[in-house]
Amino acid sequence: MGETMQIDRIRCDGHGLCAELLPELITLDDWGYPIITAAAIPPSLVDHARRAVDACPVLALRLASMTAVTQKR
Amino acid sequence: MELIRPTPGAESLAAHQQRLGPLPAVGSGELIAELEASGLLGRGGAGFPVGRKWRAVAERSSGNAVVLANGAEGEPLSLKDRSLMASRPHLVIDGALLAARAVGANDIIFYVGVEHRAAEAALRHALAERPADPRGRARIVTAPAGYVSGEESAAVHFVDAGDARPTTTPPRPFERGVGGRPTLVQNVESLALAALIARRGHAWYQGLGHGRARGIGLLTVSGAVNRAGVHEVAFGSTLSDAAAAAGGLNDDVRAVLLGGYFGGWADVDEQWGLPLDASSLRARGLALGCGVVHFLPAESCGVEATARIMTYLASQSARQCGPCVFGLAAIADATRRLAARSPQAGDLERIVRWTGQLTGRGACRHPDGAVALLQSALEVFADDFSGHQRRRCLTVAARERVAVA
Amino acid sequence: MSDTILWYATRGAGVVSLVLLTGVAVLGIVSAMRWQMASWPRFLTTGLHRNLALATLVFLALHIVTAVVDPFTALGWQAALIPFSSSYRRLWLGLGVVAIYLLAAIVVSSLLRPLFGQSAWRAIHWLTYLMWPVAVIHGIGTGTDPRFAWMLAIEAICIGSVVAAVAWRVSGVSHTAWRQAPAASPQARKWS
Repeated sequence: MGETMQIDRIRCDGHGLCAELLPELITLDDWGYPIITAAAIPPSLVDHARRAVDACPVLALRLASMTAVTQKR
Repeated sequence: MELIRPTPGAESLAAHQQRLGPLPAVGSGELIAELEASGLLGRGGAGFPVGRKWRAVAERSSGNAVVLANGAEGEPLSLKDRSLMASRPHLVIDGALLAARAVGANDIIFYVGVEHRAAEAALRHALAERPADPRGRARIVTAPAGYVSGEESAAVHFVDAGDARPTTTPPRPFERGVGGRPTLVQNVESLALAALIARRGHAWYQGLGHGRARGIGLLTVSGAVNRAGVHEVAFGSTLSDAAAAAGGLNDDVRAVLLGGYFGGWADVDEQWGLPLDASSLRARGLALGCGVVHFLPAESCGVEATARIMTYLASQSARQCGPCVFGLAAIADATRRLAARSPQAGDLERIVRWTGQLTGRGACRHPDGAVALLQSALEVFADDFSGHQRRRCLTVAARERVAVA
Repeated sequence: MSDTILWYATRGAGVVSLVLLTGVAVLGIVSAMRWQMASWPRFLTTGLHRNLALATLVFLALHIVTAVVDPFTALGWQAALIPFSSSYRRLWLGLGVVAIYLLAAIVVSSLLRPLFGQSAWRAIHWLTYLMWPVAVIHGIGTGTDPRFAWMLAIEAICIGSVVAAVAWRVSGVSHTAWRQAPAASPQARKWS
């Protein structure tokens, strides 16, 4: 079952470490806030995704299974 | 007229019961089935099917659910909710009581905007007229002024913690709301209509529409009309019918804003015969939302109007999410520069780019709504926007031509 | 002879721990200030901050063990575990024990941050501003050797670095000021 990256938009402070560690799936907008691909994380990137989740200084990210999730970027 | 009272002032309990009879003794399951069969859609702006929402809360309730009657009406162009509460408070209370019975709730909250004094006074008086039983389970909570205070998670957050800002979802209020309990957040007009359907059945409601459309609803008509205000219409009637209900037009119309600031602009030239019902509107990428119908007079510039709306929406951000705070501010600034015909190079392209970046990137739908409004403006006022980027206003030019002629 | 080695190991590991801890503290402030360059991304700062902290633990372990087993100081484990319980330099040693406990709380809460939650982690992490000065004072106070110039130089550089970093932090602009509502402007609520 695919996993996807979920973000708590209120917690996010725009640090941007996630985009440094997972540039394939996360880019930053003009103000430094992440734009996250809603798609499932390819298996080759899952470890990098976990590292990105751990690196967030405010714990705004988490990995969730894709079953009952409304996709947000 | 079901929802609008011909005489001013609040309808007393006696008059209400004489007109409609007592609250029907219909059971929870039957009531939800009636609402689902009627196709009643929510009137707060999202248009979510009412029966389905009640069922979702009822399924999660163990008798501990909460009903939150949402009369915050943060949309500046909308007047219908405060009018309804001020004139037929007992219909709204009936709807809330039926909802409480249907979803298994012991706690009813009437969430009324702080500026809607007449509505709050009418509700307070109406609750006092009721016997001790329903009155003891109900309370009025005053919603702070602000566009987003009526958002459902913001309403729950305010009741719980005095903070009328949206929260991260999931879980949504129907799963975990006030005090962590399943909460039905329902617009007061939706509750009033549910109270009528409970008495007269789903077939009655469906029969009220024009053509294939079903049901009735309240519109707040404003702009280039003679009698701006709240009007009751049958769905399926057209934009011309709405203008006629509001005393007819008093000017040529450039465009119409449907659904308020959370809705979008429509080019009126093609749309006078547009039936106002959910499916016809959806087919054209439009929605009735909270029922605002604003006719922009021909001498008003669409770019200026849009700039003022975007400035307002940017100022109303709850300031919790970066993309909303920075994105809407940047868009509002650029739109204002365009409106003033002193844009920076590339302002229009920048607006288009930013508009593509904001949807879904906030905790609530505020940036989504603002972006949708702007996208409709860029479509309907496309020529005006390009003109303004080249420092020309087509509306001013047209006015000057008329003045000279 | 072996006693002297233990004593040198204690002092040496202590000094290395101080230098590493200073680096950790400065990197923490650099991270909070969101400093970066094209060639030095944010995750490099946070990664170094974490790794140096873990390296510090190794040297601290060496520092404590050699101090406890050293027959010259005759400390015993009790002195290392209970603050201000040693007969040898009670106050200054006790401060060292306090610093160790503070550091332990900071490290454990950081390694298990998802478990502790963001607010608890943050509150505990602020104890760094207490832990580091206590560790420095412990180091200065427990020194019996004549004050070598190199030792004074190291202490001066460590203290100077942290003071400079803190001054930079205090003078910096907040990155989250946008969350506060700006001064209310008389925006017309209703347009047209």
